[in-house]
Amino acid sequence: MAALLETHDLSLRFGGVNALSEVSLSIEENSLHAIIGPNGAGKTSLFNCLTGYYKPTSGTVSFQGKDITRMSAAGVASLGIRRTFQNIRVFPKMTVLENVLAGAHLRASANLLAIMVGTPGFRRSERDLHEYAMTSLEFVGLGEQATKFAGDLPYGMRKRMELARALIADPKLVLLDEPAAGVSSVEREELTRVISRIHDNGISVALIEHDVELVMGIATDVTVLDNGRIIASGRPYDVRNNPDVIRAYMGRSRK
Amino acid sequence: MVLAALVPHMTGNQYYLSVAYQAEVLICLAIGLNLVVGYCGLLDLGFAAFFAIGAYTTGILSVDRHWTILATILPGVAIAVVCAVIIGLPTLRLRSDYLAVVTLGFGLIIQTIASNLTQTGGPTGIYGIPVLTVGRIVIQSATSFYYLFLILLVLFVFISLRVRNSRIGRAWLCIREDEDAAQAMGIKIHRYKMYAYMGGAVMGSVAGALYAPALTAISPPSFGFSESLLILMAVAIGGMGSVWGAILGGGIVVILPEAFRQFAQARLLIFGAVLIIIMMTRPRGLFPEGAFRGTATRLRERFNDRSPPRPLVAPPEAAVRDASSEGP
Repeated sequence: MAALLETHDLSLRFGGVNALSEVSLSIEENSLHAIIGPNGAGKTSLFNCLTGYYKPTSGTVSFQGKDITRMSAAGVASLGIRRTFQNIRVFPKMTVLENVLAGAHLRASANLLAIMVGTPGFRRSERDLHEYAMTSLEFVGLGEQATKFAGDLPYGMRKRMELARALIADPKLVLLDEPAAGVSSVEREELTRVISRIHDNGISVALIEHDVELVMGIATDVTVLDNGRIIASGRPYDVRNNPDVIRAYMGRSRK
Repeated sequence: MVLAALVPHMTGNQYYLSVAYQAEVLICLAIGLNLVVGYCGLLDLGFAAFFAIGAYTTGILSVDRHWTILATILPGVAIAVVCAVIIGLPTLRLRSDYLAVVTLGFGLIIQTIASNLTQTGGPTGIYGIPVLTVGRIVIQSATSFYYLFLILLVLFVFISLRVRNSRIGRAWLCIREDEDAAQAMGIKIHRYKMYAYMGGAVMGSVAGALYAPALTAISPPSFGFSESLLILMAVAIGGMGSVWGAILGGGIVVILPEAFRQFAQARLLIFGAVLIIIMMTRPRGLFPEGAFRGTATRLRERFNDRSPPRPLVAPPEAAVRDASSEGP
């Protein structure tokens, strides 16, 4: 399998704190790559470096062989890397449908004249886009909520809406930052199923998760971060039995 | 709209009509500012500057250079857009608060320039602006200006609504709601902020260019900070991000002070009190964004019997489960 996204010796420092130290990671094509680790291990910082929100202090990030280390967040998104946020970031005063349409920003027609006149071509492209948006809303089970304001949705639904918003862009890779955090066990099962199906549809997935059981059930690869370093990486079964991982999670002999 | 078109036939009173077209002008400005403040969430405290640029360009070119009024619109728009780029390029990268301060300064600078240059007539301004003619139609009476600005207003509403429901409008709203998340959608936020600011500049300067012949004389005090505030007030009262709100708000801020004229000195006091009451009872504005949307969608659903789009992948068995009872 070819590497879709690769980092090489990625380090990120905030003042004296090493958020990430020499992280070399490879997310394979068609994988469901879980990144786990205790709080403060640097998981979200890593995602922010991968998606252009943070610029790493040293090291490189490349996507399909192209160096994207210094690229803007919008630029990274335009390559087909989409992400969700740990503390869900929806556009509250837009409808659920519009939130998803916003995800399709780069697929929408941007011809100002056509927009102002409302040409048939523009109308057709908008109609197609609306259908796509409804399809991805139905994919995550939110078809009924399309006309509600996103800010009025309960937490679990907002999480799923964020997924739909990432999927409509037809991404090559989605990065999910704790997709199942803070939701009920029923919703958690539902989200797990949706994530598996995203992966089954041929989209590579990288996800940060605290729930080790959830990860072990669906992931193809697991990377464990602790104190900004990779302490283990591989197939779920191997990682689970790695003594370093057990130590990090149990908190024994941590300096 | 039919009602608005018939207003001149209901009253022959030129005073009412001149108040009415002034209201229309303010509504046009409010619709322009709504692109910037309402859609994109950029606080602009110097919007009257673009109004002034349009009006002064028309004034100078028509009086000194004897251009016809219509020909002066485009140069005015061009200057306004150039100014918007000069102001916007450095400041739109900063947080919105800085933009507020810079635009406030920009408004004051434009006003100061206007009252000190000889080309702009200094404090006395420019007078004797020629009559506006479109082909063989002469626009001079209050009635004809009423119709002119009505057409402009309808055009601005139309453009606003079209743009709002396109990639551009959605990008603006995303930026207003959450800049970081907007970037994750692939939205180049600086570029789209610039589009919004430029869009406002275009609308403001066009309104200014056509308002100059209506006044026949323009002077700096008409384009000061209080004018900028009045436009912003119209947007806020109506409801940020709502074109219909901007129409209502613009009407209120022009017509109410006129209606209170019988109270003489106290009229602005009463006007202020009414504004406070409106904002206390309806803090999101009289017609907040989305006030009609629910109704419109419901109607559309009722009359729309096209079958729903077929999902590419069948929805999960238990996906459509209402989770409203399950909090985080």
